[in-house]
Amino acid sequence: MLQIILYFLIILALTKPMGLYLAHVFEGKARWMGWLERPLYRLLGIQPDEDQDWRKYALCTLAFSAFSMLLTYGLLRMQGLLPLNPQGFSGEQMTPHLAFNTAASFMTNTNWQSYSPESTLSYFSNMVSLAIHNWASAAVGLAVAVALVRGLARKSAGGIGNFWSDVVRGTLYVLLPICAVGAIIFVASGVPQTFEGPKAITTIEGAKQTIALGPVASQEIIKQLGTNGGGFFNANSAHPFENPTPWADLFSKVLMFLIPAGLTYMFGRMVGNVRQGWAVFAAMSVLFLAGAGISTVAEQSGNPAFAQYGVERANMEGKEVRFGIAGSTLFASITTGASCGAVNSMHDSYTPIGGLVPLFNILTGEVIFGGVGAGLYGMLLFVILAVFIAGLMVGRTPEYLGKKIGKFEVQMAMIAVLAMAISILGMTALGSVLELPKQGSMAALNTLGETVYGPMTGNLNNPGPHGFTEMLYAFTSATGNNGSAFAGITANTPIYNTLLGLAMIIGRFLVIIPVLAIAGHMARKKVAPASAGTFPTDSATFTLLLVGVVVIVGALTFFPALALGPIVEHLQMTGGR
Amino acid sequence: MKIIRPAIVLTLFFVLVTGFAFPYLITGIAQTAFRHQANGSMVTVGGKVVGSELIGQSFESSKFFHPRPSAAGSGYDANNSSGTNLGPTNPKLLEGEKDFDGIKQLAAKYRELNGVGADVVLPVDAVTRSSSGLDPHITVDNARLQAARVAKENGVSRAEIDRLIRELTETPLFGLGEKPYVNVLRLNERVAGLR
Amino acid sequence: MSKSNSLFQKELVGRAIKDAFRKLDPRLVAKNPVMFVVLVGSVVTSYFFIRDLVTGSSNALFTGQLTLWLWFTVLFANFAEAMAEGRGKAQADSLRKARTTMTARRLRGSDEERVAAPELIKGDLVVCEPGDYIPADGEVIEGIASVDESAITGESAPVIRESGGDRSAVTGGTKVLSDRIVVRVTQDPGNSFLDRMISLVEGAQRQKTPNEIALSILLSGLTLVFLIATVTLLPFAQYAVNQAGKGMTPTVPVLAALLVCLIPTTIGGLLSAIGIAGMDRVMQRNVLAMSGRAVEAAGDVSTLLLDKTGTITLGNRQASAFHPAPGISEHDLAEAAQLSSLADETPEGRSIVVLAKEKFNIREHDLESMHAEFVPFTAQTRMSGVDYDGRHVRKGATESIRRFVEEQGGTFPKEVAEIAERVSKEGSTPLVVADGKRVLGVVQLKDIVKGGMKQRFAQMREMGIKTVMITGDNPLTAAAIAAEAGVDDFIAEATPEQKLAYIRGEQTGGRLVAMTGDGTNDAPALAQADVGVAMNTGTQAAKEAGNMVDLDSNPTKLIEVVEIGKQLLMTRGALTTFSIANDVAKYFAIIPAMFIVTYPELGRINFLSNPKSAVLAAVIFNALIIIALIPLALRGVAYRPMNAAKVLRRNLLLYGVVGVIIPFPFIWLIDKILVLLRLA
Repeated sequence: MLQIILYFLIILALTKPMGLYLAHVFEGKARWMGWLERPLYRLLGIQPDEDQDWRKYALCTLAFSAFSMLLTYGLLRMQGLLPLNPQGFSGEQMTPHLAFNTAASFMTNTNWQSYSPESTLSYFSNMVSLAIHNWASAAVGLAVAVALVRGLARKSAGGIGNFWSDVVRGTLYVLLPICAVGAIIFVASGVPQTFEGPKAITTIEGAKQTIALGPVASQEIIKQLGTNGGGFFNANSAHPFENPTPWADLFSKVLMFLIPAGLTYMFGRMVGNVRQGWAVFAAMSVLFLAGAGISTVAEQSGNPAFAQYGVERANMEGKEVRFGIAGSTLFASITTGASCGAVNSMHDSYTPIGGLVPLFNILTGEVIFGGVGAGLYGMLLFVILAVFIAGLMVGRTPEYLGKKIGKFEVQMAMIAVLAMAISILGMTALGSVLELPKQGSMAALNTLGETVYGPMTGNLNNPGPHGFTEMLYAFTSATGNNGSAFAGITANTPIYNTLLGLAMIIGRFLVIIPVLAIAGHMARKKVAPASAGTFPTDSATFTLLLVGVVVIVGALTFFPALALGPIVEHLQMTGGR
Repeated sequence: MKIIRPAIVLTLFFVLVTGFAFPYLITGIAQTAFRHQANGSMVTVGGKVVGSELIGQSFESSKFFHPRPSAAGSGYDANNSSGTNLGPTNPKLLEGEKDFDGIKQLAAKYRELNGVGADVVLPVDAVTRSSSGLDPHITVDNARLQAARVAKENGVSRAEIDRLIRELTETPLFGLGEKPYVNVLRLNERVAGLR
Repeated sequence: MSKSNSLFQKELVGRAIKDAFRKLDPRLVAKNPVMFVVLVGSVVTSYFFIRDLVTGSSNALFTGQLTLWLWFTVLFANFAEAMAEGRGKAQADSLRKARTTMTARRLRGSDEERVAAPELIKGDLVVCEPGDYIPADGEVIEGIASVDESAITGESAPVIRESGGDRSAVTGGTKVLSDRIVVRVTQDPGNSFLDRMISLVEGAQRQKTPNEIALSILLSGLTLVFLIATVTLLPFAQYAVNQAGKGMTPTVPVLAALLVCLIPTTIGGLLSAIGIAGMDRVMQRNVLAMSGRAVEAAGDVSTLLLDKTGTITLGNRQASAFHPAPGISEHDLAEAAQLSSLADETPEGRSIVVLAKEKFNIREHDLESMHAEFVPFTAQTRMSGVDYDGRHVRKGATESIRRFVEEQGGTFPKEVAEIAERVSKEGSTPLVVADGKRVLGVVQLKDIVKGGMKQRFAQMREMGIKTVMITGDNPLTAAAIAAEAGVDDFIAEATPEQKLAYIRGEQTGGRLVAMTGDGTNDAPALAQADVGVAMNTGTQAAKEAGNMVDLDSNPTKLIEVVEIGKQLLMTRGALTTFSIANDVAKYFAIIPAMFIVTYPELGRINFLSNPKSAVLAAVIFNALIIIALIPLALRGVAYRPMNAAKVLRRNLLLYGVVGVIIPFPFIWLIDKILVLLRLA
């Protein structure tokens, strides 16, 4: 538990400096990379200060995302023809549906991996085809968040900034410098960075072991900082080469919340009242600390079944000794709060309540600091709902930061909530009952290699409610653009890859577009000065209200599903013992 | 066209700068300044590489400390990291299946091998599989339970083994991490050195 | 209008019950997506009930009760709306009766003819004598009469209507009690105040307000979310049943029941009732809101422009003293002041005549016999007076008289300026009197601030509302009265242009402005203000420019209107919060019960008797809560002026936290009763 507090204090201390720097960058005041920035604008053929309205901004976001996804799809399929491929992987491993799923996954900052990277991806695919999205998707997320903040901060304005320069600035001034330093820190702590192939060794006992290596550190750093989460290895941050020591682990955890926490302060500063930023920060913190606490207690209380074999109850199944229980549950809370999806322990093997916390973190839209950018804009959608519902109770038309919340904003926020619900519940429902045949042409839809799974529930690794949670978690993780998994599920089949890929795209763009629309509409509004009659959005009451709305909206939408998954399993595990 | 051109150029920029320039730059620095770590923190014994200190490996001889059970490939396959992904109520995890030991079997085997009585509560890391399947560590509690066997098999005193464990015990994060642990490869390297 | 405050009068309830059934028309229900879903659910369960009856299933008792309560849910919501409309309808009926039976005595030159009231057109002149109903809206152009306006205002005390000035407007349907007046009709038939009032109180013109639309979208969105949650529950259940190998998937009626329980029926059912009741509450204060939008906007107002006279100070200023200039006798001053005021019909003018008579027994001169010519007050000259025998007697504000005197080559004595300033500082109004270029002295007009106003303004400040006093007084006087009354700001020597500019300034700063007005020159400002309340006694132009008419012509009521607006929004927010908070308990009631056979472990979180009683208890609670909250919806939530942070804390606790907890005991109780009665 003390670890959680230590970690939180570090984040608390970094929030303001990071926020100040982010504000500095996105107000266009940072210039020290101008030597690269200015020629780049010329190459792009854009004016960095041309103000775009929300439609244009959204169009640019879509165009850039679509093109980069297409490129990745092509490169993945052709990995056999490309260099840096010591293992000789080809399109045979990277099937069309897997390439679609993977391209969508990385473009949307989900970084769900239906495959095992060690046995599927060439170094080129890891380092270029996929890693570019680690940077680009984080920069796009940042840009959208900044655009929304501008929309809230501006008065009677037409535009919300320039997509291209936002992405470029985020990359050059925020991601690159932090990553350059961070990657070296990772290497120093033991993360490999080499282009050599796997190394075969003979152990003291004379056994053979083949140790996979690669340019891990340069990918690890952006994977954590950009809240991407796509691991170089199958075991992700549990793998000792991605996350060698408890100190490296702490560093990884700080990286995940660094930008999202900083964004809350940037938000407060850009709207001219840092208390507004801290109120959002506080709501995120309450949710985070509560979740991390519950998950830790659940895992430490562990599995009553262990006791019958004379084993400690604490649940170390799927956890690394060097992280221990709290180090694992804390990571799980951060990675699902932050839409990162990296894991340093296997969520699938958590106790039901321990695993419910990460699942619920994603179900609530990953607004607990959240993904780079995505967390802030997701939380601001909840702010709009909270302000609208409760704001009426002070007897005025609800307003946020002096801007009235009307029909349009509510409509857009509801579209995002609905998209999440439809995608997660709809696809899980389909998966629960879709009986694909084990023979005939349709059987190919759910086949991996020689294995024919038949019904979609055939891909589950666990029976009963836990299996249901596995599937629910998969579609939740994809829709929420998280990428972590109850990893027992075998998702590398045409039907799963396609559905999950679609879920990722829905979850990304049916939130981004409404967010930008709100930004555009808010920018145009007049600002009413705050008075004693104004709904206060920088108070403790508001923070608690926001927490309540996040929890209640999530709970009401997903309670039936959660009841049939983790809740029943918890009762089963603890019942009668 | 006003949107297509920047979309293409920016994607290419990401390919060049973040796809190539950045990893090569980091590799350059890493290979210069941190050669050992950058190449996998390999451990050499008598000029021969015997493994990576970060990557767990299997030890089956009773002369050595045994690592945790592993789900990576057929066990400590460092080219195939993985956990079991079995849920807490899954009978397979608890009772095992054909060709797969559950916690029940793992506990029984551990007790038998190390001569641990039924009254002793086993440290949980001894009978659970890690998330990577490559966990290089075991808890000190686990090591102590194995110490008697290792001492006996190697014909050294229990105190000698206990001293090794003490010397190699790690308590990271100012001791805020929960349980002290030891690196199995490092420990066995020292055990081998005793003979 | 009935002044009774009892909500549930017998005839209103009877009528509302009938209307509740009439409103089952799917086309009407479809306007409310939430209730439409309930209606569809009712129809679906009805089908299953009939099927169970035909097949003789043992489920029939359960499905039957479910069907019944789902229909009740729709009916209860309809009933709430009908209750809200009821009062207005009853009122509209009596108004309509008055309109159709009226006849008019139209003047053709000097002749008089009887015509039916609806035949009157704009510009017609009609005569009204005691006992006559005034047949149409108009303006008194001749005479003075006491008029009974109770048909419209509900106020039984008669009011005076007279030609000229600001009390010349009369309303069709009111009754002349004494004297004879001639009225010029100002409205074409069908467009009269009475007509508009009928359609307003009937709700025929009711359109959803912007805030109501936004809330409806939220509620529809939530309904869709719950629809998805309910529909997907079936496949989830299928998986659970397959895995556990026991139990059954929930039936369609049970899923329909779950859906109805989850969607926000409480607020959905009461939403329109809240809006109608809000307008009705405004109307009970004798203010006629032209749209619901205006009432809603009143809640958002952050700047109130209040006329000093009548709102902040008691009625009119009274002349209280004559302060002669050096070398002038008080008697001369009094006489000149009286002369200049003889033709001045303003209350101030009259009070000067009265004071002169009291103090010096100066008789009223007959202006006509003196061949005197009255110079009326204009907003530009800011003076009035008389010209006769080559004398120009004027009275007016210090600056106006100074200009007047100096234009004729006179000088304005320093002493008089000092007197004027002293009078101003006392919060009275100095009125300087001049005869040609000679300044005679100052008449002191005293203002008395109404009791309790200071407290009231302090409350407004607490609520975040800025009060601005508008007065024609000079800045010194205005400042003294403003300080005494405790307003935040004032506009002294206000001209219509200034008022308009002030309103625009506030609006540019993002504030919503409310004001009252009565004169024609107030019309632009009334139109510009977000909430413009015109006095019923005011001119037609003013009444048309504003979006509310105060039938009592009591400017203080603006404050009450603001409070009603706030209360309206609060009620909506409170019931929305309550409705959503309730869902937690309903989930806990239904879901474990639904799957208890499949997963017996769920028994540990089940607090109800059996699956059927659990579902029924939740549905019954869901229906009854609508009825239970009708009084709250119609009266509005308790309102006390305080700042937003406090209001938020209080209402969150009351409707949010309590809303989560309260359904548990009630559902538990209903469950026990059902089991006791062997209904489930």
